[in-house]
Amino acid sequence: MSEAAATNIQDEPIDLQPVYEILDRLAGDKGMLIPVLQEVQEVYGYVPEETANAVAEGMGIYRSQVYGVLTFYTQFHLSPRGRHIIRACAGTACHVKGGKQVIQRMENELGVGHGGTTEDLIFSFEEVACIGACGLAPVIMIDDKAYGNLDPNKAESVLKKFRKQAMADIEAEGGGSKKNDGGDDAPGE
Amino acid sequence: MASDTGEQRIFIGMGTCGIATGAEGVLEAVHDGFDKLKIEVPIIKTGCIGMCSQEVLLDVDIPGSARVTYRQVEPKMVEEILQKHLVGGQPVPELAIGQIIREGDIVYDGIPGYQDLAVFAKQKRIVLRRCGFIDPDLIEDYINTEGYQGVEKAIKTMSPEQVRETVKESGLRGRGGGGFPAGLKWEFCANSYGDQKYLICNADEGDPGAFMDRSVLEGDPHAVLEGMIIAGYAIGASYGYIYCRAEYPLAIKRLKTAIALAEEKGYLGDNIFGSGFSFRLRIKEGAGAFVCGEETALMASIEGRRGMPRSRPPFPAVKGLWGKPSNINNVETYACVPPIILKGAQSYAEVGTEGTKGTKVFALTGKIVNTGLIEVAAGTTLREIIHEIGGGIEEGRAFKAAQLGGPSGGCLPARLAETAIDYDSLIQAGAMMGSGGVVVMDETDCMVDVARYFLNFTAAESCGKCVPCRLGTKVMLGILERITEGKGTAEDMENLKDLGEQIKSASLCGLGQTAPNPVLSTLRYFEDEYDAHINEGRCPAKVCTALITYKITDNCTGCTLCAKKCPVTAISGERKQLHTIDQELCTKCNMCFEVCPFNAIEKE
Repeated sequence: MSEAAATNIQDEPIDLQPVYEILDRLAGDKGMLIPVLQEVQEVYGYVPEETANAVAEGMGIYRSQVYGVLTFYTQFHLSPRGRHIIRACAGTACHVKGGKQVIQRMENELGVGHGGTTEDLIFSFEEVACIGACGLAPVIMIDDKAYGNLDPNKAESVLKKFRKQAMADIEAEGGGSKKNDGGDDAPGE
Repeated sequence: MASDTGEQRIFIGMGTCGIATGAEGVLEAVHDGFDKLKIEVPIIKTGCIGMCSQEVLLDVDIPGSARVTYRQVEPKMVEEILQKHLVGGQPVPELAIGQIIREGDIVYDGIPGYQDLAVFAKQKRIVLRRCGFIDPDLIEDYINTEGYQGVEKAIKTMSPEQVRETVKESGLRGRGGGGFPAGLKWEFCANSYGDQKYLICNADEGDPGAFMDRSVLEGDPHAVLEGMIIAGYAIGASYGYIYCRAEYPLAIKRLKTAIALAEEKGYLGDNIFGSGFSFRLRIKEGAGAFVCGEETALMASIEGRRGMPRSRPPFPAVKGLWGKPSNINNVETYACVPPIILKGAQSYAEVGTEGTKGTKVFALTGKIVNTGLIEVAAGTTLREIIHEIGGGIEEGRAFKAAQLGGPSGGCLPARLAETAIDYDSLIQAGAMMGSGGVVVMDETDCMVDVARYFLNFTAAESCGKCVPCRLGTKVMLGILERITEGKGTAEDMENLKDLGEQIKSASLCGLGQTAPNPVLSTLRYFEDEYDAHINEGRCPAKVCTALITYKITDNCTGCTLCAKKCPVTAISGERKQLHTIDQELCTKCNMCFEVCPFNAIEKE
């Protein structure tokens, strides 16, 4: 398991109560391992090691089975992620319409590549195979919303706008971000 | 198609593509407009009608008159449309794309009817007939358009065997890619012995470049449910799963609503139509694995395991989910079933070709004018799809190739544009119907790069269970990467062909068995491009970065924009003077090409 998760564990113990509630509700049926893990990730933002172990115990299966499923599916994450998930489409239609350049620009702006999370934990960035909005290629998705017909410049401005909003949201919640001077501190500037 | 309820209505296309283009802003503007004009009419949020390039689409429907569709609607245009059309009764022809004319409707001047639009004229819509016309969240809209009449007819008046015979006679073949006759598949499962049988809907549409299933689930979810209930009755299955990829949140939401409404109305649950037949449905969300589109891998995933395929036989019809006889079809296949039952096998079999009956839905994307979703009779040619329905190639460039069938399919060159699109002729041409993605490419697309792209995808998605797929795709990818980097060698093409044939014949499941297709088909039709990369160190389409250089032409006005944006400061020059690129420093990131307002950057 990653270092990030390990430090997290030392910092503060993880409250497993939500896991037990999820198990109570779902684990009675057969074939529920994936839905259980999906809900766990929904609660914690990723699947911390202790929760995975608790799931194994609660469902009466080996830890290796849980770990096997967690590492097979790209949806599951074993270390903390950003508040907002950016999915850049690397599908065929996006590829032939300049998606590669859009992805490059996003990576430059964010300072992280595929699978990475920005230091301020605002964004996680991933390339995905296809969002299914090919008619609007190239496309990115931030959380559940798709942005289409992009070029690198448009993508950059979408990102800047979104970051500003995210910063404002954090401020409204009373801080929580490591660094926040209202400006945009995108790397590469 | 859409029923006339006798009241004024506004329709907004709120599929994923509509929302991505700004449908929510338009919806807000409609509400604002209502406040301003002191009116209020129902707003119907429809799924995708298929014209992605024309989104956001907004329709105004006044009873007794044709329903007018406005295209590329922005919030600022909404008030004018509402004021003139909804209040004043006069449409705004310059903003409209077409009108839907029902029997007895008053027809407006200056707006083409849908049947005259080039995009629609050549289409034959069976699966998509409701998409974009009804509100997918309202079961009444579905029921008013012949909905749930097929299942009623099947359960009340037909025996399960008669249902299977009808589907067999219709000639319906599985629309997921393999093309196995659906009725036959149902019969195998029905004849298998088992106390419990399962019905599964494969909605794990993972092919990059394909979104047919998403649009059907978002635009007409009840059609899929009805098809599944009929299939459940025909097979004797009382329990069904819809396995939908998690990347389709809207489709999952609409499905959940649809299932709840169908349960409320008694179309799902115990003792449907008082027949004693019971059927329940559950949604399983995928977790991001392309291989789960393969049927045995999909079942493993439903069971909560790693989604890895197993060898067949035994086929799922004999030993499927949890070891019980199971039937798997995809979304589009199930959506074809209700009209077949309701209108008879013959009505479906009349459409299409000898070997491929009915219609096929395609996702038309890439360098084409009318991107979107289309449904045509099988046997329609590639030329008709691209040049007539698709409106030709963007910016008047030349059509080079179409990639059909995603990572399992192949590229057909422009000279085969007269190929009829059906299962058998596509296989012959080295492509595949696949699930229906058509990615159109022009002269600026490099076929070696496209092949590399697909192999990169399949190599990453290989589950790793069998060696030919796990290692073979990696080795092929390595060769292709070398070629696109200008380091290809004389024997590369031979090696690719050789490896490709072996991976095809030795892999365990459909993913591996079809993975080499994109490479083999481009080698077959575009050998000269491979040759140019390997032997001349040249990428004819100017895509492969290692083989191109950037130059600044005389168009340069010395605006300094490129120099400012260049991340490695490779560009120098005085203001108002011709700039130059230092080739030693240039990383070919394409930034200057993108930012130059004067088209002064050239790739060589």
